[in-house]
Amino acid sequence: MNHLASCLAIIVALPVLMPVARADEPDARLTIRNHRFEPEELHVPAGQKIRLLVTNLDASAEEFESHELNREKVIPGSGSASLYLGPLAPGRYPFIGEFHESSARGSVVAE
Amino acid sequence: MMLGATIIVFREVLEAALIIGIAAAAARGSPGRGRWLAGGAIVGLLASTIVAALAGELTNLAGGNGQELLNAAILAVAVLMLAWHNIWMSRHARQLARDTRQLGEAVAEGHRDLSALATVVALAVMREGSETVLFLYGLLAGGDGTTATVATGATLGLALGALVGIGLYAGLLRIPPRLFFSTTSGLILLLAAAMASQCARILIQADWLPSLASPLWNTSRLLADDSALGRLLHALVGYDASPAGMQVIFYTTAFVAIAAGMRLARLPARST
Repeated sequence: MNHLASCLAIIVALPVLMPVARADEPDARLTIRNHRFEPEELHVPAGQKIRLLVTNLDASAEEFESHELNREKVIPGSGSASLYLGPLAPGRYPFIGEFHESSARGSVVAE
Repeated sequence: MMLGATIIVFREVLEAALIIGIAAAAARGSPGRGRWLAGGAIVGLLASTIVAALAGELTNLAGGNGQELLNAAILAVAVLMLAWHNIWMSRHARQLARDTRQLGEAVAEGHRDLSALATVVALAVMREGSETVLFLYGLLAGGDGTTATVATGATLGLALGALVGIGLYAGLLRIPPRLFFSTTSGLILLLAAAMASQCARILIQADWLPSLASPLWNTSRLLADDSALGRLLHALVGYDASPAGMQVIFYTTAFVAIAAGMRLARLPARST
């Protein structure tokens, strides 16, 4: 199992060894509260890359997921995470919180 | 909430179950196959609970992209392991054809071969498992269901996922021996290309790679990513309804490089 153990060790060590500074302000923000997104309709400019910051006020983790945006990221409970979108063509891109799909729904509107 | 738990656990388990099904078929006839693959799954399960427990810390690493870096690294290592397995198998298929007396040697070397597949299984379980653990933990902590209903729902989802993996495995075993090797190595080649494409998607999400085109094309009207067939093809051959240009480059490069490696490994050696 040596082979396997060393592979896992490298993989786990990588994120620790690669701190990348990213102090820039997000271009768009989403908040998760009571397993709902606020706002449920997020307007962003079309044709440019967007840094989206998702803040989760709930204690439990959520997974931001959108097939239309081709994105998937776990947002830890009582934490936040950012991800990059686009550049998007004008249009509506639905997203969900996969762990609470019945309530956590929204759309990114690129215009 | 039981049904919700079943569906989500099934979705998360599906990809790992298909990978395990292919790995189990590809390792057919190797000694200690069960021990290696089960060992891989257990290591993956342990690692997934650690990753889930450290999700908050992980997210804040690497400038807020710790998750992406971890998942991209997992996928990159899995691609290398699958490539190595396929190239190694191609070389041995040639040697076996040349000299049946080397069979014993091939079997003795079998453990090296299985370490690659076991690693792939561990990584797949780790990746899908950590999300499942986070989801189930959230359900229990949030009081969204009793422990019994959540456990029942999760077990049902796990069983359904396992059933699909076993189904794929059983189907592969029915393939005639003459086509068996090319089928399993073909599936592993596609799996590796699919993982390379996923790796690119994650690096684009973290802004470590340009998307080049987002998306390059969109076939979601034809076959949506979240349809049953879409999910199955996503896990098996890397189907993506709206891939970024960079994903297509990664997919093609991995496919061509591994296929070329397999072809070269099959050529007769100059001196032995």
